Amino acid sequence: MSEIILQAKNINKDFHDPATVRVLSDINFSINKGEFVSVTGKSGCGKSTLLYILSTMDTDYEGDLLIDEVSMKNKKEAQLAKVRNEKIGFVFQFHYLLNEFSVIKNVMLPGLKLNKYPEKEVEQRAMEKLKMLGIEKLAKNNAKQLSGGEKQRVAIARALINDPHIIMGDEPTGNLDKKNSEIVFDIFKQLAEEYNQTLLIVTHDEAFANRTHRIIKMEDGRIIT
Amino acid sequence: MNFKLIISIAQSLLLARWKQTLVAAIGVTFSIAMFVSLLSFMTGLNDLLDSLILNRTPHIRLFNDVKPNQNQPINNTADYKGQYNFIRSIKSGSSRPEIYNSAPIMEALKKDERVLGIAPKLIAPVFFNEGMIEITGVVNGIDEKAESKLFHFNEYITAGTAADISKVPNSIVLGKGLADKLMADLGDVVQVTTAKGERFPLRVVGFFQSGILDFDKTQSFASINTVQKLLAKPSSYITDIQVKLNDVNMAPLLAKEYQQRFGADAEDIQTANAQFETGSFVRSLISYAVGITLLIVAGFGIYNILNMMIYEKMDSIAILKATGFSGKDVKRIFIYIALSIGFFGGFAGLIFGYLLSAVIDQVPFNTASLPTIKTYPINYNPLFYFIGAVFSLITTYFAGWFPSRKASKVDPVIIIRGK
Repeated sequence: MSEIILQAKNINKDFHDPATVRVLSDINFSINKGEFVSVTGKSGCGKSTLLYILSTMDTDYEGDLLIDEVSMKNKKEAQLAKVRNEKIGFVFQFHYLLNEFSVIKNVMLPGLKLNKYPEKEVEQRAMEKLKMLGIEKLAKNNAKQLSGGEKQRVAIARALINDPHIIMGDEPTGNLDKKNSEIVFDIFKQLAEEYNQTLLIVTHDEAFANRTHRIIKMEDGRIIT
Repeated sequence: MNFKLIISIAQSLLLARWKQTLVAAIGVTFSIAMFVSLLSFMTGLNDLLDSLILNRTPHIRLFNDVKPNQNQPINNTADYKGQYNFIRSIKSGSSRPEIYNSAPIMEALKKDERVLGIAPKLIAPVFFNEGMIEITGVVNGIDEKAESKLFHFNEYITAGTAADISKVPNSIVLGKGLADKLMADLGDVVQVTTAKGERFPLRVVGFFQSGILDFDKTQSFASINTVQKLLAKPSSYITDIQVKLNDVNMAPLLAKEYQQRFGADAEDIQTANAQFETGSFVRSLISYAVGITLLIVAGFGIYNILNMMIYEKMDSIAILKATGFSGKDVKRIFIYIALSIGFFGGFAGLIFGYLLSAVIDQVPFNTASLPTIKTYPINYNPLFYFIGAVFSLITTYFAGWFPSRKASKVDPVIIIRGK
């Protein structure tokens, strides 16, 4: 029995505008440490909505969410921010790097925010992550000058900086060409298999999903498999 | 809290939009510079106008007024004591205009810690003779040193030297208007006739110009000894004691005290010149109002620019929040941005304000009534700089507060999903 990282209990969510529509109903599942999970389904089936609830950014839902066996219900905004900082790494469809900063600074920011290590060490760790992803020579570049694939790899490095319990991705390859998608997938796979990193990736790319360890298929706000 | 991180993020955001930042900072700079120079100039003018009268007015003047005696004999009669007695046609008593026991009073005043200094004075109404014409005037017998020290007498001398009246025997400093009427030049001798009919020649050693024409047409100054000689009075004869206090606001209180203690009449500056206070107050009020309006306008500029910046940086805010920055952190970042605009803009504003004041200080300003003033007056009071600095921080803080609150409420889900 391996350690449970994330657990969703009876999660329901409604959109109230313009009319009340149930977008998620009775979501129950859990993710163990080291699992490489993908969530798939048609566009509009609620998979991204689910991801944002699991990521603690969306707090408007019923049911309960446990991260690291701690309930996220009734936590304050600042406490949730701390959880995100410490335990969750994000990779989005669009890179979302901060253009004002260099690559290395982008990777360092969540680490500096966590304030667990001195700045020098955070920098060193960021460098390690970049090296792991094969982009260490871009460290001093400005985030604006990078290609799409490179940006996504920097985003992954940023997600890794605080050694999160789980990495969440919202269509991380959705905006990339075939070759770069392949590179990103390989990185995820390597993370899962070599570093025992837990990953939860939302994607509508069947080919991508099929190569992950476990697929959660959704339709109309429910989990079907 | 990790302020270093927040500051470094704010810095990067600021520098990324340095042109906008510069415009916002220039707004603050301009308003602070105007605020400081306006106030310096206005109070400079205020002080100048006030000093026309107030600087030369003693805070308390001790003298013997000519008036009916308060203690009429009937009030002391046993039969009518305790009643209210109406007496008609009382004449002023034949009291002398001099202050009794002037020497001990002056000694006592000099010992009083609340007193900055005293200057005795002797006022003698005279006629100046120019051929057949007699011109009424006043000779003020003064202690030149005390008068210059306390009431800036020497600053109003336009020709000759003030000190000469105590050095040259039988000398006089004439008001410029009076000198023109007498057609007297430096070194000339003017004839003076006292009220008792005695004639006296006095040598002109200087001209005096106060800036108030009517005053200069009648007034003249000589040493106390000279005037005592003129009136044939002993050396203790003094009609006025002028008192300058350390704290001018104590004047009404002390005037009452001295009146009782020395048995002389005492008049305080507030009673004598009430209208000047009002004038200066209103002028400062207007300059403060204009200055603060300028600052508020600059504040709106910062508000706009920050609002724009927040719309532009929506993505960055969302990503910061997603990676673990709380709403509070984001708010701090934007408030820090606003404050640093306020700080640097305000600092530059203080420097420019000082430079502008210095330039105004060099602009020639010549008027016939103000002989000692050659350029526009400026008051370099550090208080204005302090108020400017504080206000620049306060307005920019509030200008940053509303946009930063908005930024702190940005919902990252909406931004990230909305792409």
